[in-house]
Amino acid sequence: MKQSVTQERVEFTKAMKGEYTILAPDIFPMHMKLLEKVFALYGYKLDVLHYQGKKVIDTGLRYVHNDMCYPAICSIGQQLYALQCGDYDPHKVALIQFQTGGGCRASNYIKLLRKALNNMGMGYVPVISLSFSGMEKNSGFKLTPTMLYKGVMSVVYGDMLMLLRNQIKPYEVNAGETEDKVNKWVDILIGQFEHNKGLVGKGIMRNLRAIAEDFYNIERVSDIKTRVGIVGEIYVKYSPFGNNNLEKFLESQDCEVMVPGVLGFVQYCFHNVSMDYKLYGMNRYSRHVNRFAEKQAAKMEKRVISVLKEYPDLICPSTFEELTSLGDKVIDRGVKMGEGWLLPAEMVELIEKGFNNIVCAQPFGCLPNHIVGKGVIRTLKDLYPYSNVCPIDYDAGATKVNQENRIKLMLAVAREQ
Amino acid sequence: MKRIGLDVGSTTIKCVVLDEQDNIVYSDYKRHLSRIAYMSKCLLDEISEKFPDEDMSIVISGSAGMGIANDMEIPFVQEVYATRTSVKKLIPGTDTVIELGGEDAKILFLSHGLEVRMNGSCAGGTGAFIDQMSTLMNITPDELNTLAKDHEKIYTIASRCGVFAKTDIQPLINQGARKEDIAASILYAVVNQTIGGLAQGREIEGNVLYLGGPLTFLSELRKSFDDVLKLTGTCPDNSLYYVALGAAMSRTEVVYNLKQMSDRISDYTSKSGYISCKPLFVSEEEYDTFVSRHSHDSDNIHETDTPADKMYLGIDAGSTTVKAVLCDEEGNIFFPSYQSNSGNPVPLIKSYLEELYKKFPDINIVSAAVTGYGEDIIRNAFHVDHGIVETIAHYTAAKKFKPDVDFIIDIGGQDIKCFKIHNGAIDNIFLNEACSSGCGSFLQTFAGALGYSMSDFAALAKTADKPVDLGSRCTVFMNSSVKQAQKDGASINNISAGLSISVVKNALYKVIRCASAESLGKNIVVQGGTFLNDSVLRAFEQEIGHDVIRPHISGLMGAYGAALYAMEKCGKTGHSTIATAKDLEVFTHDVKVISCNGCNNHCRLTINTFDNGRKFIAGNRCEKPLNLPNKSRHYDLYDYKYSLLKRYGTGNTSAYGSNDTDTRPTIGIPLVLNMYELLPFWYTLFDNLGFRVIVSPESNRKLYLDGQHTIPSDTVCFPAKLVHGHIEALLRENVDAIFYPCMSYNVDENLGDNHYNCPVVAYYPVVIDANVKSLKDTVFIKEFISIHNQKEFSKHFRKLMSNYGYNFQASVIKKAALAAYDEYNKHMKSIREKAGEFLDIARKENLPVIVLAGRPYHVDPEVNHSINKMICNLGAVVLTEDSLSWRETRFPTRVLNQWTYHSRMYAAAKFIAKDREPGVNMNLVQLVSFGCGVDAVTTDEARSIIERSGKIYTQIKIDEVSNMGAIKIRLRSLFSAAGL
Repeated sequence: MKQSVTQERVEFTKAMKGEYTILAPDIFPMHMKLLEKVFALYGYKLDVLHYQGKKVIDTGLRYVHNDMCYPAICSIGQQLYALQCGDYDPHKVALIQFQTGGGCRASNYIKLLRKALNNMGMGYVPVISLSFSGMEKNSGFKLTPTMLYKGVMSVVYGDMLMLLRNQIKPYEVNAGETEDKVNKWVDILIGQFEHNKGLVGKGIMRNLRAIAEDFYNIERVSDIKTRVGIVGEIYVKYSPFGNNNLEKFLESQDCEVMVPGVLGFVQYCFHNVSMDYKLYGMNRYSRHVNRFAEKQAAKMEKRVISVLKEYPDLICPSTFEELTSLGDKVIDRGVKMGEGWLLPAEMVELIEKGFNNIVCAQPFGCLPNHIVGKGVIRTLKDLYPYSNVCPIDYDAGATKVNQENRIKLMLAVAREQ
Repeated sequence: MKRIGLDVGSTTIKCVVLDEQDNIVYSDYKRHLSRIAYMSKCLLDEISEKFPDEDMSIVISGSAGMGIANDMEIPFVQEVYATRTSVKKLIPGTDTVIELGGEDAKILFLSHGLEVRMNGSCAGGTGAFIDQMSTLMNITPDELNTLAKDHEKIYTIASRCGVFAKTDIQPLINQGARKEDIAASILYAVVNQTIGGLAQGREIEGNVLYLGGPLTFLSELRKSFDDVLKLTGTCPDNSLYYVALGAAMSRTEVVYNLKQMSDRISDYTSKSGYISCKPLFVSEEEYDTFVSRHSHDSDNIHETDTPADKMYLGIDAGSTTVKAVLCDEEGNIFFPSYQSNSGNPVPLIKSYLEELYKKFPDINIVSAAVTGYGEDIIRNAFHVDHGIVETIAHYTAAKKFKPDVDFIIDIGGQDIKCFKIHNGAIDNIFLNEACSSGCGSFLQTFAGALGYSMSDFAALAKTADKPVDLGSRCTVFMNSSVKQAQKDGASINNISAGLSISVVKNALYKVIRCASAESLGKNIVVQGGTFLNDSVLRAFEQEIGHDVIRPHISGLMGAYGAALYAMEKCGKTGHSTIATAKDLEVFTHDVKVISCNGCNNHCRLTINTFDNGRKFIAGNRCEKPLNLPNKSRHYDLYDYKYSLLKRYGTGNTSAYGSNDTDTRPTIGIPLVLNMYELLPFWYTLFDNLGFRVIVSPESNRKLYLDGQHTIPSDTVCFPAKLVHGHIEALLRENVDAIFYPCMSYNVDENLGDNHYNCPVVAYYPVVIDANVKSLKDTVFIKEFISIHNQKEFSKHFRKLMSNYGYNFQASVIKKAALAAYDEYNKHMKSIREKAGEFLDIARKENLPVIVLAGRPYHVDPEVNHSINKMICNLGAVVLTEDSLSWRETRFPTRVLNQWTYHSRMYAAAKFIAKDREPGVNMNLVQLVSFGCGVDAVTTDEARSIIERSGKIYTQIKIDEVSNMGAIKIRLRSLFSAAGL
């Protein structure tokens, strides 16, 4: 089909800043709630979209190439659906996509989104790309260092809440108590963020300690549940919309779930810049900025760990530095497209922490996953004979019944060990 | 207490009852026709009749049993796990279990660390696949088994998914290959799929057990497994029931009163609903209006019973059906015939002609034309005057019904063809890629599987109130979607309607990829056998939102178009050369299959011999075996590029420089993926550093199969899968080291925003390292390196080599690198210069130019299936994308332009779109490897660059095996539409 071509990019201008609502796809459900508030602090009205279901997928399939990866179909589908369903005035919204850049085709999301908008006749909707490398200029949108820092903070809190919920909830005596605490803390943090609190200095430590203690005090039974880790392509790993409520399903199957945090991925992105210098002599200068960012994130990580260490029966995540050496056991750190070496590194981490049953969630036909998912299972098996890794493909055409059937098999094997 | 094990599979339900000593006291299996609850109830009733008043435990297993188990709160065990339980108990000492079911294939490795493999989203290599293939051949699976016993040859059939295999088998059938050989080849394909897709690098060895329906019923399938695995597996008693047995053996405390249970189940309707679409017809009246409207679609074309003075014959030897029709000068239809192509179209046409001559001995056939897959063989067998591409045939016919037609969609048994008409010419062609074909026959197979005839099944859809929404993806996935819908309680009516709707959605959103229904056109003619089905027609109208024309001869349009074409081409005094009644009396047809040894492709040739010793050869990819006098020279840059690599010793590894006095250390380079471009570079580099470089041999089928067992991901592209074979080949050469570096970055030609390799090209060495066990005894240099910065390269390369104990002085490396860069540049330059030469020739001799845009590894004949030669045979000059891209500078694209190979493609497309070579008629054909995720991005962009200039974009998808027939249609249509 012939399509109209707009080569010019629609800018998100200063005038739009207060007036427009920025629509974001629902990638990390827990973290995004906090991120919404960070955006608000800087004068942006961010709405995280929660549309789900077939109509969203169909919208995605209609405007994005059918063979494109499933996360593109889901996340772009959500945004386009928002424009079509009448909940928003298309002339008063902008769209935002998170983007890591790099050799994976996922770095094309922004361009695909613009193309889809043009095909819908909505080429006037500005699209903001939020990425760690080479952002496009928008006079109305500036990611200042402090805003970035606070954004990372919401990732830290989000990871913390996710980690604690996953460890406590399967064992809670009073059903619903853990979820209540999660909601309570999200509310507290949002309240703090609104007043620009809990984002720097001592406030952070105070919060982290209080959160850990609060969760720790939840009354628990001493059952032994099947421990299952989740790794995968970033979208289908975290987004319940993308992975057919994988975490819920595992919980219903009497499992304790562990999902490595988002901060690791952020650090991985920074780290790759230095790796390019090491391997190819590229990024001679920009690597310093990234190295600095990596160090800041490491500091944050240390705080979380120092708090969690006070509770010996809780599982504490590995530091990023530890992750790199765990990853080195199975894959070279030069593999940097998509989730790259981080994905196998997380698998090793999970196995070493006792989560040797792992669901590797991947979009059907995901290119990096040929390498870092299915490609490394053999090595893992040699290294850890009891590892029980189950790759699951997610796709508009894949059915829940097949996915669940495979996971059940993994669980049956797990329960025998 | 007795224990019941219930195995609810995708098509059957199996049940065993065990007594306290694990003896089987009852067993039964039934096809459930998706009435799972009802069938379960029947089985329970039978059991309770046989063992009155006994309470028993029940455990359910099986892929379709999870829903009912959940809802009825009956214990459930995963089916692979159940198999394992029963095997461990009944046949201890088993090392490997191979279990094939209706839609699943599984391998269980029991010894040395348990591993379980199940087929993924793909239903290839399963019972459903064998059923589909039998349907295609018009026989039962049992007959297929019997036929296979007498095979002489095995053909290569893609086993990855049923749809792929179909496109391989169809040409074989059409070319008249022996049924026995095809049958055996199908079973071998299943074996290859199971081993290639599931073993994933683990050897199948020791005591092997065969379980499940297909392996129980098909002795030849077991034999094929034995053959390929080089062992003798066993198929135990009750091999059908192992899942049910395992379920019965699973521990459970829950005991049921069977009577009560049976009552509960009969009350049961699935709790969860399913997603549905709008009904096809809301009322009886709506249906009647619909029927009466379409009864007027063909008002100006009539059927006649008596032939006119001059008659024109059209034959459409399609993939699943053979159609023939005559018409008079007004276009009225006479003596139509529509028959299933049960393997070989030749006898069908023969009997058609015989019947025609018998009934109308005086008929005067002025001219005849044939179209379709079987065009060549029918034309040769019966001296048909003209051959015509299917696309043109259909357009010719559609015009007759609607002169201003601007869009035609034809859904046949195996394929979807759509074309847009612009200014009276075919402007844009959409053919389904191998992955979504088989729509019509898919419906048919499904009807059969559910126990209905096609027409009964279709009729059910009219009354569907809540059609199942099955989505628009590859039809193979629909099997499991239907499974899910059945579980969720969808009635057969709603499934039938849902399937019709999904066929339509598949055509619109998968094949045509239309963003909106309005963009299709205003005057649409639908045709093809599948549209004879009212529910498909209705679904189509609903989806696009307006009415369309369906000619009453919808299924005959190809043949009718051919007849009209014959009329157009007959000339004034014309008389057809078609076989007369007399000719037919002495007509004979013999088929022999041989392997061509003309080149490395080793095409399997089917030699058809007719009476008088007339011969027709099919299956060839080039003209070599035809022994034709060399008509014209070929100007083929693919060939040239490939031959350039031979300088570096490809295809000649053991002979190359191997004398005993050569004591240099050897280094092996696999000729794969990006090495097709970088070989000159690395070869020169290592040569200058004092290595003897050994390059892996040319790809061929055997080389691929040698490496197949170590491929971990069966959905990766074929060029990547080939790497495994090349590595194995190098290992056999006993090289001191193998060099295959990871390269995130490619050379930078300043054509894009970045210069990446795709993830597969960049990191495949990692996959090789992790999965090819035998590599452990060799030095495998897979380190990361990039050559885009010459200065940095020497530094990093030196470090890299020293990691492996090869220490060189910086100056030595620098000098060698200089030579390497030089060689690489020369290599690229000679390709560009050759292109210039060819362009001059094209201009002088007025030859059309096809730029076959792919990636460097597409020059491998095993990958490109000699499509380049096919294009040359059609009379065009073939150029490559990299021979032209350098003449463009960077320009804005609508997609992120960040991969070097793809930047070249966009640039080449622009070069063509802008007509940079005045006086040369240039067109683009883009080669896409199946599974190439990056091409989901690039194809749309290349298309839009080309189409903006008003030219025709053509894309060809290639895989392990490709349907050359469909590719030929595409190319011929392009040639015809572009007026080449």
